Amino acid sequence: MVLFLIASGLSLIFGVTRVVNFAHGSFYMLAAYLAYTLAGALPLGGASFYVAVALAALAVGAVGTLVEIVLLRRVYRAPELYQLLLTFALVLVVSDVVKLVWGSENKTGPSAPGLTGAVRVAGQLVPTYDLALIALGPCVAAALWWLFYRTRWGVLIRAATLDREMVALLGVDQARLFTGVFALGSLLAGLAGALQLPRVALTTVMDAAIITEAFVVVVVGGMGSVPGALLAAVVIGVIDAFGVLLLPRASLVLTFVVMAAVLVVRPWGLMGRPEAQGRSAGGTIIAGREVAVPRALIVGLAALLLAIPPLLPTFYVWVLVEILAFALFAASLHLLMGTGGMVSFGHAAAFGMGAYGAALLVRWATAPMLLALAAAPLAAAATAVVIGFFCVRLSSIYFAMLTLAFAQIAYAIAHQWYDVTGGDNGLLGIWPARWLASPVRYYYLALAASGAGLAVLAVAGRAPFGLTLRAARDHPRRAEAVGIDVRAHQWLAFVVAGFFGGLAGGIFVFLKGSVFPESLAVAVSVEPLVMVLLGGVQSLAGAPVGAALYKLLDTVVTRYTEYWQLVLGVILVAIVLVFPRGILGTLGARGRG
Amino acid sequence: MLELADVHAVYGPSHVLHGVSLRVGDGEVVSLLGRNGAGKSTTLKAIVGVVEVTAGDIRFEGRSLRGVPTHRVARLGIGLVPEDRRIFADLTVLDNLAVGARPDSGWTLPRVFDLFPKLAELARRRGGSLSGGEQQMLTIARTLMTGPRVLLLDEPSEGLAPVVVQAFAGNVAALKRQGVAILMAEQNLKFARRLADRAYVIEKGEIRFEGTMAALDADVSLRRAYLSV
Ligand SMILES: Nc1ncnc2c1ncn2[C@@H]1O[C@H](COP(=O)(O)OP(=O)(O)OP(=O)(O)O)[C@@H](O)[C@H]1O
Ligand SMILES: [Mg+2]
Repeated sequence: MVLFLIASGLSLIFGVTRVVNFAHGSFYMLAAYLAYTLAGALPLGGASFYVAVALAALAVGAVGTLVEIVLLRRVYRAPELYQLLLTFALVLVVSDVVKLVWGSENKTGPSAPGLTGAVRVAGQLVPTYDLALIALGPCVAAALWWLFYRTRWGVLIRAATLDREMVALLGVDQARLFTGVFALGSLLAGLAGALQLPRVALTTVMDAAIITEAFVVVVVGGMGSVPGALLAAVVIGVIDAFGVLLLPRASLVLTFVVMAAVLVVRPWGLMGRPEAQGRSAGGTIIAGREVAVPRALIVGLAALLLAIPPLLPTFYVWVLVEILAFALFAASLHLLMGTGGMVSFGHAAAFGMGAYGAALLVRWATAPMLLALAAAPLAAAATAVVIGFFCVRLSSIYFAMLTLAFAQIAYAIAHQWYDVTGGDNGLLGIWPARWLASPVRYYYLALAASGAGLAVLAVAGRAPFGLTLRAARDHPRRAEAVGIDVRAHQWLAFVVAGFFGGLAGGIFVFLKGSVFPESLAVAVSVEPLVMVLLGGVQSLAGAPVGAALYKLLDTVVTRYTEYWQLVLGVILVAIVLVFPRGILGTLGARGRG
Repeated sequence: MLELADVHAVYGPSHVLHGVSLRVGDGEVVSLLGRNGAGKSTTLKAIVGVVEVTAGDIRFEGRSLRGVPTHRVARLGIGLVPEDRRIFADLTVLDNLAVGARPDSGWTLPRVFDLFPKLAELARRRGGSLSGGEQQMLTIARTLMTGPRVLLLDEPSEGLAPVVVQAFAGNVAALKRQGVAILMAEQNLKFARRLADRAYVIEKGEIRFEGTMAALDADVSLRRAYLSV
């Protein structure tokens, strides 16, 4: 039921404001920690816990309101993805604030006074508190139902979920509506987090865990549908429970398989409805004109990259290699989201499949390093053939969600298939061949691979293939009408992007000498998104620029403070508010005067 | 009361209106005629601020509407009834009407039902389950609930059966008698002729004719050039 609370809030916010709020899990975590402190500090005896839960939920509701008014309100008119970037920045900030205030050790909260025992249900001992939570679910659902179906505010919310512009045409101030929705959604997330206090240990990564689960519930239920969230929370809860009993080693995979299955069969979820306008997510992000980068600059940069590494300290050579890997990774995503208008939330699948593909070959077939590296993009491309087949059928946010589901399936497999992937422990000792092991030599290999990849992507973007993709992005109907097979082109783009994403993963795995399931995690999907937006989505060159900036920031900030996420988050917020078109987009606009 | 002066409007990179000027007086019914893609809808959308206006001015009762957010324009007394009707499909007829309702608008449920008796019978039905003609009534009724002094109707007769158009023209005439000014985008000259006092003809984002309906009727070559009749 906690899942229902958090998912209904997330669904509500998306339904009305169309913001995919990554920070929702952070609000949940924040409330849990607040409740922890308050429950310990309040001098109210047995009532402390309950008062603490209520106060924490309210406080987080207030934080959410403030975030909406101060930050999100400024970017509703900006392309959708910038809102995403902003909420992602909040995730980083809240995560470090929690570490700063409460420390990194796990915390165990008090139990709920009066609900400490356990009851025997069908032969199983179930904590009384869990039963109380289960009972609370329908109560909250009923309260929400009343709010939506019996108040004028509810009518406005439901209307706005269907057609925001029409609501404005009828004289309703969207800004106030959005603030209210955000407040309510954050309150629900806060309540969910605070109520977890007696059940789970508080950790600084609980935000990431819950947000993925909440996404699953929201997507399965139908984005924007609160009844759908309730249904899906129950369905997923049951599947989780049975999964642990029946297939303990595949329990993680199961939920994402369900999500993928739902999206394939009924992309708008169990109780959602198909998008009215049906526009692709890409259509709105391509705000600016392409920015041409002078050829001389590229040549100069290439010369610099060729010449300088032997002069650098080893540490910076490693940083450069990482930048090269991520430049290619981000560029491969750019083909999808920039040129193709398909925003993927699961590009980590390509990166991780490349990394694991190479690592598994080395580990189990003791393949030579170069062969394994060459296999990385092939493994990723093969995966992309399958994933892409399903994904390109969907548009916009559903495409993004299905890619996320597949990436999560890959993550879960890597995590739980212990015998082959080593699970959490990852695969270690995946080093380059001896003659390439020196930093500078490995650097040149990475430069060659990444440079070649970027060159191919640049050519592909300008070739008829890229032009066709653009046409399909901007005028899908017209493109179909003139006989272009839009889907086939998008599928091919997905595979090509997967190929180069995999190559990036291959470069990365030999740089680190190891691979962990984290290389398939949501964070790895979000990073290239951030990089592309940071650099500017209008041109391919934005991807490497963004990658370099992101990784340099990461490196520099980490030297001065362990709270690099906080700094990065603040910088991202500033970028979204000040340079909403990315670095290149802003420079380009300046240049044109 | 509503006046557009040399308005230019764009959709992203494409420039659609090239200096549109027109005027709607108190209680007047004015039609805006033109072919598909001439810029009729864009003109109406420019007034309420849902398309970007890059030059020119739009004044309503003396104050400029440029840069005024859409919901404010609506509250000032301009109600746009969009061409695709945009009924909230999942909401009941009553809830659809409730979205725009305002206590000070002068329009109440009984008054709306008086004008469209059919809607009273349908009050609890889902908006999405209504027929085209019923949806057309609902979309106008919904906008009336906001208490507009100028109603912008975008192709109200489009897609309606001739009988329904007949009845519907009666409703619009009743509104006119109640003193609501109307700017109506139309391709259906017959329908416009029946209701409008004056007409503008728009083509490729520019006004090509301005005058009374009678003057338009007299000018056959004009009608041939810019209207499909
Ligand atoms: N959302 C949009 N983006 C880009 N161009 C648009 C958009 N909507 C309309 N246009 C273009 O603007 C021009 C005017 O369109 P508008 O909808 O105002 O025409 P209209 O006179 O209302 O036609 P119709 O009778 O078909 O409704 C057309 O060339 C159209 O292609
Ligand atoms: Mg039109």
